[in-house]
Amino acid sequence: MARRFLIGCALIFMALFLLIPLLAVFGEALRKGIAVYFAAITEPSALSAIRLTLTVALISVPLNLVFGVAAAWAIAKFNFRGKSTLITLIDLPFAISPVIAGLMFILLFGANGWLGGFLRAHHLRIVFAFPGIVLATTFVTFPFIARELIPVMQSQGNADEETALTLGATGWQTFWRVTLPNIRWGLLYGVLLCNARAMGEFGAVSVVSGRVRGVTATMPLHVEILYNDYNYAAAFAVASLLALLALLTLAGKSFLEWRQPELRRTGHARDRTSRGEM
Amino acid sequence: MDVYAAPRPRRVLPGFGLTLGYTMVYLCLLVLIPLSAVFIRSLGGGWLHFYQAVTAPRVLASLRLSFGASLAAALVNSVFGAIIAWVLVRYRFPFKRAADAMVDLPFALPTAVAGIALTALYAPSGWLGRALAAWGIKVAFTPLGIVVALTFIGLPFVVRTLQPVIEDLDREVEQAAETLGASPLQTFRRVLLPVLWPPMLTGFALAFARAVGEYGSVIFIAGNMPKFTEIAPLLIVTKLEQFDYEGAAAIAVVMMVLSFAIMLGINALQNWAVTRHGER
Repeated sequence: MARRFLIGCALIFMALFLLIPLLAVFGEALRKGIAVYFAAITEPSALSAIRLTLTVALISVPLNLVFGVAAAWAIAKFNFRGKSTLITLIDLPFAISPVIAGLMFILLFGANGWLGGFLRAHHLRIVFAFPGIVLATTFVTFPFIARELIPVMQSQGNADEETALTLGATGWQTFWRVTLPNIRWGLLYGVLLCNARAMGEFGAVSVVSGRVRGVTATMPLHVEILYNDYNYAAAFAVASLLALLALLTLAGKSFLEWRQPELRRTGHARDRTSRGEM
Repeated sequence: MDVYAAPRPRRVLPGFGLTLGYTMVYLCLLVLIPLSAVFIRSLGGGWLHFYQAVTAPRVLASLRLSFGASLAAALVNSVFGAIIAWVLVRYRFPFKRAADAMVDLPFALPTAVAGIALTALYAPSGWLGRALAAWGIKVAFTPLGIVVALTFIGLPFVVRTLQPVIEDLDREVEQAAETLGASPLQTFRRVLLPVLWPPMLTGFALAFARAVGEYGSVIFIAGNMPKFTEIAPLLIVTKLEQFDYEGAAAIAVVMMVLSFAIMLGINALQNWAVTRHGER
């Protein structure tokens, strides 16, 4: 009795808040027919939004990947003072509103910002242009890969690397041939989550972009522009591409968790410790 | 307990200076320096200007709305998130794996997409909005719509925090309570709730913190009427568009300080609970 009631409650709530909104995206996108749908996702400003989103992710994700590996190496392999403070600081972007993230870069690089005069004198543009979008995206996705890699590297310990070094491998050889293969699933997991957020980020990018259609509009911003123009079918058509990306991300995440069950567990262990540091 | 501290006194491995140095430089350039700009700039017009900026009626109304709606959404998520976590761990039913994967949808779906989808559903002409309008309930373009969007955003936090705790529960304790004649409600209240509420509080805190800063999913469904459905992050954007950088930074500082204070409070409550009950 209680069992049925609880399952019913859970499924109704999930249907109402998760499944129906997801289906609504595809339903609204296809409402005016498949021809309108394809026209909306192949018109020039949509294509340039797709290109911009892919380019931004292609820069932001590798930046955070290098950072994530470096941070995880330092934090997981060595002991030093202030380590837990450093971990808290790495998590900081998760606690900051995306709008505040955008605001930070406007305050630094905007017309009235600290470096605004210098940038104008040298005819450089950062905010309301491509570099600002990359900066904002990199900021909001900053912790993703580091967070996944730290517990993975920690659980593996240093024994493999020490053996390699004793056998005469150089530091780089050890990293490429021993560490990297060991952490590859965790790395992929972090990249997957980082990429989903990088391609979907709206608030921070919206603040720094200036939203020029076909120039500085990423896919989520393009959705907003179309929506505010009352062009709902087109807005939902582009949105459906982002929803597909979300579904692919969830599928990839489930696959990696099935392949490497510790990924799920380390994630939870991290949540437990983050409680102590919050 | 610090699980990150590896018990390695000697530094055998190379690369410590390089990786830590790179981490620090990257962190400073991308996070710490830009963030300090917000705090410094908020006082750029002096204390009086800061005070006036954050106590303007429109700003106070937006802060009240942001924190109030986030509180409501986090409470809804605590209850339903706990039920979902319980059902996903304890019961077997069709499509369970798919349901489990779906819980992460709010993490994966871009917020703007969630925003327009919820608006299309809950608008007066929408599928759910029409049904609710028959009952006299308006969701889209009211504070209730904001709560709906923030509930969507915060759901995974509570479920994912509670799932491992429920997995680790010892069923024998529940069975013992039942054998000793406890009703299901008594078992829940006396046996389960004392263990489950600290992680529920963690999930609540995470969902709340995320909701306070949320922008993309809210602005479409909110209607954005000043003093009624205008959230604080949107007011920051408005101030920026009017080139009132100091005002925008001032609201940002108040938001961050308030969130931080609430997190500290929840953390203290948890520590008190843990020492009092001696659990975990």
